[in-house]
Amino acid sequence: MRLRSHQIILWIAATAAVITFSAVRWWPATDDTAAVDSAFTPSFALADSEGRIRTTAEFRGKFLLVFFGFTSCPDVCPTTLSEVAQVMDDLGSAAGSVQPIFISIDPERDRRLGLADYTTAFHPAILGLAGSEEETKSAAASFKIFYEQEADTSSPDGYTMAHSPGLYLIGPDGAWLRQFTYGTSAPEILSDLQSRL
Amino acid sequence: MKHFLLATALVLSAPAAMACETVTIGDLTVEHAWSKVTIGAGRPGVFYVEIKNTGTSDDALVGIATPAAGMPMLHETVVQDGIASMPHAMSIPVPAGQSVQLAPGGYHGMLMGLTTALKEGDSFPVTLSFEKAGEVTVNVVVLSLRAEGPDCADAGQ
Ligand SMILES: [Cu+2]
Repeated sequence: MRLRSHQIILWIAATAAVITFSAVRWWPATDDTAAVDSAFTPSFALADSEGRIRTTAEFRGKFLLVFFGFTSCPDVCPTTLSEVAQVMDDLGSAAGSVQPIFISIDPERDRRLGLADYTTAFHPAILGLAGSEEETKSAAASFKIFYEQEADTSSPDGYTMAHSPGLYLIGPDGAWLRQFTYGTSAPEILSDLQSRL
Repeated sequence: MKHFLLATALVLSAPAAMACETVTIGDLTVEHAWSKVTIGAGRPGVFYVEIKNTGTSDDALVGIATPAAGMPMLHETVVQDGIASMPHAMSIPVPAGQSVQLAPGGYHGMLMGLTTALKEGDSFPVTLSFEKAGEVTVNVVVLSLRAEGPDCADAGQ
């Protein structure tokens, strides 16, 4: 396969990005298994698409379905968000008791690409949040999840994100309830939620 | 080329059923080619397909090309120790007598540098390059964001 000139330019750009690349590496204090065993109250303070800071405190009284991802992720992220969208549709009148939240782990790029366009395309109820690098790190730490920027010439802008692809359920009191692992179907998530509502 | 012309004719007549068409090259059967709506052209699109090798020798998918994207590549989503990542797949094995799926959560074509946003019902050609069988072009139908694959009577999951 011959590379066309704009492909070559993309390659050069990608390579340049790798040279100037600095890894964001953050390791969780505890692993996922430990996280599930002990009760804890995750928290975040992150900007929404309009720049308003949204915090966990304002959602007390509701169940939260929280997913960490990035919008340049065509495979894993749409699968989970589609399931969340299906769950919100199927909850019917109970949908008001559940707030789905998408937290960007690639906040700068996602703000540039447009966060609300992305979440709304899946479901208007999904709230997209993209904070600063520091705010994102502390949100991830409080959920005990992992993410990392990886240099990758085969990805847009020369990097991709590795991340915990789970969906996290937070109770109305703010306490962590459980994780739905990647690939959990919408009906399974729905019936778990319905048993709690 | 014959297949390509046939496929082009199908674009005009029956876009919905297009993902259900089958294209063959040598011992390889390529079918259920589909993609998903993208939100804008700035985010990569995705390409999924099923390849069956009915022959007695192994082959491998080594690349994809499409006028729809400046930088199409093969990727594999890997979930290891609870972390999902998406490394470049240099080559996707298509062993003799077996079939391989590019499907959500696994191998996929990553369509970077889209020339235009992909909308539901659109279609575009993708040329698959196989190590031994050579090149074959399939038409890819764009399904909704929530789609899990084309709805074909013979879709083998
Ligand atoms: Cu990919």
